[in-house]
Parts: sequence; structure tokens; C-alpha cells
Amino acid sequence: MQPNSRHFQANAESALREPNLQSALKQLESGFVAGRQRCYDALPEFEALRDRAKEVLDHTLDNLDAYLLEYEARVLESGGLVHWASTPAEAREIVIRICRDAEAKTVIRGKSMIGEEIGINDALEASGFEVTETDLGEYILQLGKEPPSHIVAPAIHKTKDEISDLFLEHHRDLGFTQRQTERSALVNEARQVLREKFLAADVGMTGANFLIAETGSNVIVTNEGNGDLSSTLPRVQIVTAAIDKVVPTLEDASLLLRLLGRSATGQEITAYTTFTTGPRRERDADGPGEYHVVLIDNHRSEMLGSELRPMLRCIRCGACMNHCPVYGRVGGHAYGWVYPGPMGSVLTPLMVGLDEAGHLPNACTLNGRCETVCPVKIPLPRLLRSLRSRQHLQRQNSSLARIALALWSWVALRPRLYQLLTRPAMALLSRLGARNGGFKRMPLASGWTRVRDLPAPQGSTFQARWQQQQRERK
Amino acid sequence: MAPTETIHSADTPHVGLFVTCLVDLYRPSVGFAAVKLLQQAGCRVTVPQAQTCCGQPAFNNGDDRHARQLAVQVLDAFEEFDYVVGPSASCLGTIRCHYPEMFANDAALLPRIEALSAKSHELVSFLVDVLGVEAVEAGFDQRVTYHDSCSALRELGIKSQPRKLLASVSGLQLNELQGTDICCGFGGTFCVKYPEISGRMAADKVDAVEASGADTLLAGDLGCLLNLAGKMRREGKSTRVYHVAEVLANMADCKSIGEGDD
Repeated sequence: MQPNSRHFQANAESALREPNLQSALKQLESGFVAGRQRCYDALPEFEALRDRAKEVLDHTLDNLDAYLLEYEARVLESGGLVHWASTPAEAREIVIRICRDAEAKTVIRGKSMIGEEIGINDALEASGFEVTETDLGEYILQLGKEPPSHIVAPAIHKTKDEISDLFLEHHRDLGFTQRQTERSALVNEARQVLREKFLAADVGMTGANFLIAETGSNVIVTNEGNGDLSSTLPRVQIVTAAIDKVVPTLEDASLLLRLLGRSATGQEITAYTTFTTGPRRERDADGPGEYHVVLIDNHRSEMLGSELRPMLRCIRCGACMNHCPVYGRVGGHAYGWVYPGPMGSVLTPLMVGLDEAGHLPNACTLNGRCETVCPVKIPLPRLLRSLRSRQHLQRQNSSLARIALALWSWVALRPRLYQLLTRPAMALLSRLGARNGGFKRMPLASGWTRVRDLPAPQGSTFQARWQQQQRERK
Repeated sequence: MAPTETIHSADTPHVGLFVTCLVDLYRPSVGFAAVKLLQQAGCRVTVPQAQTCCGQPAFNNGDDRHARQLAVQVLDAFEEFDYVVGPSASCLGTIRCHYPEMFANDAALLPRIEALSAKSHELVSFLVDVLGVEAVEAGFDQRVTYHDSCSALRELGIKSQPRKLLASVSGLQLNELQGTDICCGFGGTFCVKYPEISGRMAADKVDAVEASGADTLLAGDLGCLLNLAGKMRREGKSTRVYHVAEVLANMADCKSIGEGDD
């Protein structure tokens, strides 16, 4: 996916004027946010689990090389193969090579964000493979040729009407000539279409919610069961996963699973939690003949060695975006790449470049609501701030803001000068605004007055009045 | 320069008032309300003149060098006091939570900075949590609603303290806001860098204030208050806006924020 984060400002402004999107986003608070809160209130050890999860993941990241090698060894023992990719391009080449070697024609995919990150669908299609997304949300987006706007609920921005139209347009040739408008009828139609795809597919691709080092297993959570079908029906299975998905033990995975569903969708556990280990063994009734894992770095090892390491604890629950007041107003597409919201505002600059994604760390009020709900306690505001420091050092932020702030700091570091300048300035501003109480327009403050008035100050400064009062007392 | 007095009499805490630049420039009455509340609670209050800005704008915009310089200026002006107190969770949150972050790699200054942070408090939480104030002598015959600033709520854990003191104000009725843990859209320079998003957030907050049925909006941070008062004016609302300290000090007889003569 070509990043479009550079145009965040314009993307956001058009999103604010999109009524369908706005009504979809309004559901976040009553849906995901309220659901998480119910789970939180019902689980007394929630905070203790967060602390424990942070510990486990920090320990894993401190020993990431060892756990990755352990995971690889277990996968090899179970008869699978592990491929290492530093870049998205390498990952795409590996996947395409596996598909070609297997003489595959069709690929089905279970929803995975890493698939979006490496742009696997376009690459497979360009190489002549037929690719079908099997998660309902992702399937809708594939028909509409759109990127996801949320990492857990990818089609959260689509209305039922739009989906009815899409299905009629794309399914008519398959014999579905009736425009369905009921939710259950739409789901049923998608199920029938997808069932044929599952049965015919040569290759099944999934991501991984966790990779377990001690067993070489891959864990995925879904609510539709499409992940199970994608990983057991086709003769070749390919797991694409980022290197930060590995955890040491099954016990650790179950700890994180207790937090994942609750934080993501307000579910104690998702409808399906699927563990797969290696290809089909002789005694197994079903399962793939080939089992491949593609482990992808894509700048994660750089993050590991930087102050942004805590970001690698992320388990992709989406709680940060569900609780983000900016995401809640502009939606996921405004962010212009795969990962939106607070976690995306940290990841995107690292993966596509700070020059492309420079808006994202700044488009945040640092209100901190994301950090308080993050199940693995990622200090998102601190990480966003540290990206702002990088921008400042590399002079990548707006020069107007730099100059204004430098000037403010320069004056603020000289208290006498500060008082000398601010007294008459505030007195003047107060006199001008006294009658009205505020200003509709103000030179140099158009960012403020574009959407709100500038209240008039009271008059002289506190320091001036205080000093006068102290003198009068003497 | 600052009136230098000897510090420490056994039971009179000596407080250095960190006025905050927004209160200094925009609303001196909040500063006087803070002085009154602190003195009523038995503190000796000094206002160092060598104070301006805590450095948060620089810090939040990635200008760490200036942020640290301003932090050192605050350190020099305030480290002699028993406590540093100010009428803003945003500024005091910066001193309390972020100064130690800024000097994490500065072994020489870090101990002094940490000592400063540990004795720095937002005004209302200082009155309640440190001084044990239970009630104030004030009257305000209005239905009010209270906006929690994000730094109060999440950096400093301030939620019950202002409500406790407001409950002792005679005639005051508190109607709680829906979605009080959601940001009002100020966010420092965010509000001028992304005015459309900020404006929508403020508009939603203004709607919530209206839905609460309150005639007066109170909060403990002037940034939020200027944002919301400005938005209310723009939308032609008649809700009055005060800093919570003005009401608690019984000094809300002046014009509300953004109120004209007419």
C-alpha cells in the first residue's frame, strides 16, 4: 500500500465532513470502549495481568534472538520451514516463490495486518495468483478495493447499504441476483461465496497473533473461524509474522490471550483461538502438506535498539485507537497507511519514514487515554513525543512552529524581558477585547480563531499586579 | 528579584506559587485565588519573580534543549521552598512527571530535579491531599459542571479532590459531564496545528456541557478553559466559564472567561 500520510491534514478534514464515517465512529464509545470497560470491571486481576504481560514481553524482547532461534528450531522439528525476511520486498518474494514452487493458482487469506504491511495481496495478484480475503471485513474491503481503517474491525467505516451494493455488484455473476439488506442475509451470502474459495484454494495464508517458542506453534484469534479454514484446508500453509510476535511459552500466550480479547472487542475470549504446529502428520486427519513461516523484520530490529523498543510489546488489540479522541473523529484512513491511531502514529514513521509520516506524531493532544488502556502498558505519548524530538533534531517539523516556539523559549528564559514585553501586550489586548470579551480574528493566531474565538485577557499580568500589591503593603 | 525570606517555620509550610504563564498573562484573578486558598489553608506564599513558563510547549514539540533550560530556571527559582504549587495540572504535571524524564541522563542535576518534582503539586490536590483541607468558605449559586483535564486525570490522578471541595461551596449544584475522560481538543500547539480536529473535539465537549444542564463550566486548567470558552463564544452559548480556584476562593464575582461588557 502506497503511504498517504503526508496528506493527513487534508485527509482528516474530509473525514470530518463524511457523515457515514462520523456516525460509524460514534459507535466506538458505546461499543468497543464500553465493552472493554465491562471486561475490566469484571476481572479484578486486570491490572496485575497488565503488569505481568509487560514483564513477559520485556523479557522476551531482551532475549528476542534466543527465542526466535528456539521458535525456528521447534518449527523445523515439526516438519515446517522458516524463512527470514528483512524487508517487505523480501517477504513478498519468499511468499511468491513458495506459491510458485507449489504450482498454486489460488490463495486464501485470513486477516493479518502484516499482510497489509508487506502489501502481499497486490504482489500475489501481480504475479498471477487469485487471492481471496476470508475475514468478512477484509473481504468487503477487497471487493471495494479499499485499505482497512481499523486493525481489528477493518471495515468499521462501511455502512450496511454500501456493503449491500458491493455484494450485488460482485456476486451477481455467481447467481446472487437479489440485493440483500439484512445483516444475517449479507453474512450468509458471503459465507456461501467464501466456502467455495476455501475448498478450492491451493495456499492458505494467515498472520500470527503469537508465535510460541517452546512449541513452534502459531496462534490466531478470530470470530468467524475463517482462520481455521485458511490454515487447515489448503495443501500449503504460509504464516507471515513479524519478529516481535514470538513469546516464550504457551503459558505466556494464554496470559496475553486473556488481555487481548478483553482489550480489543470487550470479549473475554474470541470465538476461535487456533493453535497450529507444523504440517499434517501421518496420523492427522487433515492439515496442510507444507507449512512455511515467513519471519519479517521491517525496521523492528532498529526499534529494538532504540528508545522506541516498548512499541514492540504491542499485541495489536486496537484499544489505543478505540480510545483515541483524534482517531474517533477522523477514522483510520486519514492516517494514510496500514496502522492508524496512536500505535500507528508510532509505527508508521518508523516503517515508511518520518518525512512521509511527519504529521502523525504531532496529530495527538498527548491526552494519554491510550496509555491507560494499553494492555501491555506501552507509553504511547512518550514514544510520540520522542518522535517529535527526532523531528526537531532533524529539522523536519514546520519552520513556522520552530521559530515561534524558539522565540517563546528565548523570551521565557529572560524573566525580566518577559515581564517587560508581556505587561503592555496583555494590557493592550485586554483593552481591545474588553467590550466584546473576545476576538473573532487575531493576526498570527488564525489556527486558533479559525474554529473558536480568542477570549480577551483580564488586563495587566498577575506578576505586575502582585508586585504592585506587595509594594503597597510595605 | 524574589523577596527572599527565611524558610521553614515548623508548622507553616512555605509555598512557592508557580503562577503558570497562562494565568499570569490571561487571568491574574486565578493567581490571586490560589494565593487566597493557600493562605487560608495556613501556608506562607511567595511568588518568585524569576518564573515564566515550565517548558512544556518546548518539551511537547521535541525541543528538549529549551525544555531543559526552562526546567533549570524553575529549579533555581523554586527549589528553596517546602512546596511548589500552581493552579494547573498541565504545568505541574510537567514538573512532577516529565522533568525527571528530561534529566534521566543527567546524573548531576537529576537528584535536585527529583526533589523538586516530589514537592510540586497542582493547587486543588495540594489543598486536599497534602494539607487535608475538607471544605472551603465560599458560595456560588449556580448549576456547574466540571471538566477534568487530561493531565489532572491521568498524570496526577486528580478527580475526587476538586469535587470534594466543590461539594462544600454553598448553593453550588454539580452536574457531572458525560465523557469526562475525553480530551477537549486543546492539546497545546495541537489546537493551532490541527484546528479542524481540535474544533470538532471542543464542539463535542460544548455539546456535553449543554447536555449537563449546567450554567457554568469549571476546570482546573486554563488551556482547556480558553479552548472551551472560545468555542462556546463562537457558537453563541451563554454558559459561563471559570477556573475552579476562582469559585473555591469565593472570587468568581469577576467577569467569566471570554465575557464582554455587554
